[in-house]
Amino acid sequence: MNPLVNTLSDLSREEIKRYSRHVIMPEVGVEGQRRLKAASVLLIGTGGLGSPLALYLSAAGIGRIGLVDYDVVDETNLQRQVIHGQSTIGKSKLDSAELRMKDLNPSLQVDKYNVPLTSDNALKIFAPYDVIIDGTDNFPTRYLVNDACVKLGKPNVYGSIFRFEGQLSVFHAKEGPCYRCMFPEPPPPGLVPSCAEGGVLGILPGTIGTLQATEAIKLILGIGEPMIGKMLLYDALEMSFTTIKVRKDPHCPVCGVPAEKVQLIDYEMFCGVPAHDRSTFHAQTDNKGQPMLTITVSELKARYDRGEHPLILDVREPHEWQISALEDTLRIPKGEIQMAKNAVLAGRKLREETVLADIPQDQEVLVLCRSGARSGQTIQMLQEIGYKPENMRNVTGGILAWAREIDPSLATY
Amino acid sequence: MANIRIPTPLRAYAANQATVTVNGETVGAALNDLVTQHPELRTHLFNDNSLRNFVNVFLGEEDIRFLDGLDTPIAADASLRIIPSIAGG
Repeated sequence: MNPLVNTLSDLSREEIKRYSRHVIMPEVGVEGQRRLKAASVLLIGTGGLGSPLALYLSAAGIGRIGLVDYDVVDETNLQRQVIHGQSTIGKSKLDSAELRMKDLNPSLQVDKYNVPLTSDNALKIFAPYDVIIDGTDNFPTRYLVNDACVKLGKPNVYGSIFRFEGQLSVFHAKEGPCYRCMFPEPPPPGLVPSCAEGGVLGILPGTIGTLQATEAIKLILGIGEPMIGKMLLYDALEMSFTTIKVRKDPHCPVCGVPAEKVQLIDYEMFCGVPAHDRSTFHAQTDNKGQPMLTITVSELKARYDRGEHPLILDVREPHEWQISALEDTLRIPKGEIQMAKNAVLAGRKLREETVLADIPQDQEVLVLCRSGARSGQTIQMLQEIGYKPENMRNVTGGILAWAREIDPSLATY
Repeated sequence: MANIRIPTPLRAYAANQATVTVNGETVGAALNDLVTQHPELRTHLFNDNSLRNFVNVFLGEEDIRFLDGLDTPIAADASLRIIPSIAGG
């Protein structure tokens, strides 16, 4: 492939020295290093994947790096988001990342976009950059990044992680398939938990993020074989790397039509989940499309204070109950409820033969999880098999809200 | 016997196994054997008798959508894989 960047920035003597380990390789040379300096890269997300990306691309001599993130550094980030540190907890991730990037490379230009990426701002934010790198953490933003890249004709260096598994590809519709050729539709809400719910090995984003950085450098320089039309699957437990083919779908609704006809859509509606925690999107409606009943943690506390003992169904996993839990709750993981529901719907079992027997149908049940997402999905499932909407309430914000507002002594995760 | 690799998000519905050994002379037959062994997987993989649109099944390095889909014949020792959509970052 031809180099993506064809302008060459001048290098000072100091810069030639700084990048000498690059410059002495014929595949890079002075010319390649000048391309890197002229190059601009946009990182979507400054979290797990964004951390190694920002560090290595800054060190490599990329001239201009844009960062899109609206979050602040939190202690739970530091298990994997190594660009941030104890000293930047509470700061914006952009300011925190910029500090470290400028320390690695003072001549770097860092552009900071302290906003959630949306259909309204994506094209404008993407426009000045040569390469877009997708290090986001949710499906709506992944589809948005893909569609905006296809529309603008820019390569999307894709990386994604879950628990011990990672994926890497380069989606560049001018040269090959796009993300939608491989994943035409998102999975139904709730099937694939987020890293916040499902966990992730802290080192995994380091592995995948550095591979993304490698692909970005290769595209800019035009060296080697880019991961266009291929996807790398990494399994950390097996320590296996497998490459599969990704074919361009001629009927792809996005890269199969002329770029000017590609419209950015409402990706939260498309995926059925919010893209970020400042989103106003609410997918949690009951089966009649009515808003689901909820109870706040302060309302729940008030009921306890009045001497009431509401039935609380905690649908988190056993290892989460060990971290923190309310007393005297009914504990059944969401997955077990889902299996029982499927068995009942398929006629394989009676409700009374499953874990559902423990969940009464004729009284109020307050459903609790970590942050309120799984509990909402559980209420939808229970309604599918006849539980009445008026009997079920979702505990808004989950045990995290309880720990934050009622009992700060509870461990959070 | 062919084997099917189960991605992490679906392992909860396959007795937490990473790989399941199946019988069948086509991709469809192999997947049918899989959901017979692990009925909880059926609703995640199939809509009636067709694969759900977000389910990617690969035979070796090829997407079965670009082969003969569920009718693709497979060798006795074939390796199939379900590739998950994951979004973590």
